[in-house]
Amino acid sequence: MSAYKIIDHEYDVVVLGAGGSGLRAAVGLSEAGLKTACVSKVFPTRSHTSAAQGGISAALGNMGEDDWRWHMYDTVKGADWLGDQDSIEYLCKEAPAAVLELEKYGVPFSRTEDGKIYQRPFGGMTKNYGNETVQRTCAAADRTGHAILHTLYGQALKHNTEFFIEYFALDLIMKDGACKGIIAWNLNDGTIHRFRSHITIIATGGYGKVYYSATSAHTCTGDGNAMALRAGLPLQDMEFVQFHPTGIYGHGTLISEGVRGEGGYLVNSKGERFMERYAPNAKDLASRDVVSRSIAVEINEGRGIGKEQDHVHLHIDHLDPKVIDERLPGISEASKLFANVDVTKEPIPVVPTVHYNMGGIPTNYKAEVLTVNGSEKTVPGLMAIGEAACVSVHGANRLGSNSLIDLVVFGRAAAKRAAELVKPGMKHDEIVKSETDRCLERFDSLRNSEGSNPTSELRLSMQKTMQSKCAVFRSEKTLKEGVDEIRKPYDGMDSLSVKDKSLIFNTDLVETLEFDNLIRQAITTMDSAYNRKESRGAHAREDFPKRDDENFMQHTLSWCNGSKTKISYRPVHRSTLTNDVQYFPPQERVY
Amino acid sequence: MVQFNLPANSKVKKGQYYKDNTGSKNIRKVNVYRWDPSKNENPRIDTYEVDMDNCSSKVLDILNKIKNEIDPSIAYRRSCAHGVCGSCAMNMNGKNGLACTKAHSELEGDIDIYPLPHLKVLKDLIGDLSTLYKQYESVEPWLKTTKKNDKENIQSKEDRAKLDGFYECIMCACCSTSCPSYWWNGEKYLGPAVLLQAYRWIIDSRDEDRKERLKKVADELKLYRCHTILNCTNACPKGLNPAKAIAEIKKMLATA
Repeated sequence: MSAYKIIDHEYDVVVLGAGGSGLRAAVGLSEAGLKTACVSKVFPTRSHTSAAQGGISAALGNMGEDDWRWHMYDTVKGADWLGDQDSIEYLCKEAPAAVLELEKYGVPFSRTEDGKIYQRPFGGMTKNYGNETVQRTCAAADRTGHAILHTLYGQALKHNTEFFIEYFALDLIMKDGACKGIIAWNLNDGTIHRFRSHITIIATGGYGKVYYSATSAHTCTGDGNAMALRAGLPLQDMEFVQFHPTGIYGHGTLISEGVRGEGGYLVNSKGERFMERYAPNAKDLASRDVVSRSIAVEINEGRGIGKEQDHVHLHIDHLDPKVIDERLPGISEASKLFANVDVTKEPIPVVPTVHYNMGGIPTNYKAEVLTVNGSEKTVPGLMAIGEAACVSVHGANRLGSNSLIDLVVFGRAAAKRAAELVKPGMKHDEIVKSETDRCLERFDSLRNSEGSNPTSELRLSMQKTMQSKCAVFRSEKTLKEGVDEIRKPYDGMDSLSVKDKSLIFNTDLVETLEFDNLIRQAITTMDSAYNRKESRGAHAREDFPKRDDENFMQHTLSWCNGSKTKISYRPVHRSTLTNDVQYFPPQERVY
Repeated sequence: MVQFNLPANSKVKKGQYYKDNTGSKNIRKVNVYRWDPSKNENPRIDTYEVDMDNCSSKVLDILNKIKNEIDPSIAYRRSCAHGVCGSCAMNMNGKNGLACTKAHSELEGDIDIYPLPHLKVLKDLIGDLSTLYKQYESVEPWLKTTKKNDKENIQSKEDRAKLDGFYECIMCACCSTSCPSYWWNGEKYLGPAVLLQAYRWIIDSRDEDRKERLKKVADELKLYRCHTILNCTNACPKGLNPAKAIAEIKKMLATA
């Protein structure tokens, strides 16, 4: 193995990732006086939080009566009862304070006539436990994520958070089942950095890039999830992949649900507003899994639009151009750029597109990572937040605008918990050399790959398999084929080709490391989906069309060693956190 | 007579030529700036023949195609692919922009792709933005208020509308790296990107530090190196107007 220059650091806490959740955690940690490093493979404002459009949910009640309990009910129902209700209570109860805090930080929210934060309707967000639409989603035009991300970065600067930017994290450093820090590669100068920390917070986002067509950024490769897998920890509920109903046909760019929130609607080739048939009450504002499935059925039954009859239309051309200009300017721009459509005159061609991972690293509501060994146990020294985590507040299907609130509520919770656990300047444990060796051996062997399979080919093969075998609708047949096929690109790594051997901004190697991360998550996703023989939320099995609470009101846990997985389950938490609200028992889910 | 020459190691040489091997009848030549810091070699221009029949519409699609199918060693930043993250800012046929939103059909002839001008190059198309980031930090991009209650700040629709056209900046640096003043005085002149950000906080009705903020930028070098060349506004891929932000700051100072 080549000799690598290793630079050591000691921090109270290391945050891995600088998107919405990572930055919010870093701000809280710095405020608490903890020596905090924030490590990110991209400059913070390049993180994918910037792409979030429609808004952030919180029962502020600025646009009429609202109650966090209604928000909780909607989230439980949206999750198809797979969410842990203690965590969901925490999310919805803390949401208003978390949004007001963002406003204080300087987020340029759109405003109501009386100068309060503007809130818009969003899918699945209702009044009085499912009765009528409520305006709960706080918005900064249709650039809410961008506004929040830039503001949080400013706050982190204010609090002097130490950033390590364009550092690619390689592995967790584990000792006796506890996390002691991370190892990362500095792309700027090619050095290897070992961060020792009392707590490591994984905030690396989702892994949408296991699919061919996704709204996710190129960098959404779930690096932290894969690090957890390599550390022998399980991922949870990986089969639940959200298809956003409205990605631009052919390009995958997101068209916000806020478009339908502001009055946009979907039509098929017959000009029918078909959502009326599938969700008579909520119509176009049913939850995302429902709308995506409805579009898929319309297309499958021959009512799709276009030469291939493979997409539908989203109309906002009936809206006042002034409303579009004020509330949906980014959508107009994206539609022009990627579909060549003037939204004031023509419909936008859209198709369900991979958007969000409900699954991830299992945690409790304090953001502490969980594993199962007989019963639920926390992993000392390790936390996870944001899309990387599975708290689980989104269960089998996330409601639109619940992801941004998840970022800040649990980013804040992680910082609070860390401040309870760590006192500034605590002494660090010794770490074992074998962890560094194991990490650098993998790094070095990938770097020196001299085989014949370019990373891009293996990645494409993985993406095509996920796209065709693990899509909106799944069956025993497609999933069985998928379970076999998805291992081929993994096996292809035996003869991997990495042409660039350098260490400074070697993006050939970065993408190879990212692929190594992605493929493990693709395998756990496929295997988890194969083993869940029911339909729930985003996981729709043609051969098991009903939800099966008797056997599957459980979280899937999947461990992965090489291409071998171990699947197990843990029960969904069937109680709330406090007596402020009653447990919502499972019901039939209709919109 | 004095003769000026570039240092020998910064002369850009002709690089490799990658001939099409797909047999396509619809080929476009793409010239890409390459420099590898780990090799003791001059920068070079590699030329790739790209099959345009199987390439999506944007310049980033061309680069991705080259990286995936022809030459995996080529290095550039990229992430969101729809113009919100600001990663893939570069110079295409002489003009700065985002590769992910720039349609190659809008570029004439062979396509020349360079890093953003006047940045230290780290590798290939990746420029060093650390100075710009430090300058961004120096304008203290956070809300300053002494209010301590739990309620939100009230801001009228009209006051909020003043932020439109400024808060949308994605910090891609297309504007600053197109500005001749920034080229010459980039260490001291804040440049259009950072001044636009400064202005965004100066005019936020919720902020209580306007006077101090103005005082901080009222500097011969930090602000007044802007000579209204307007390259910045012309370069902005988001359609923002940094030159206007700078003019407004100057006006506020002149009338204060």
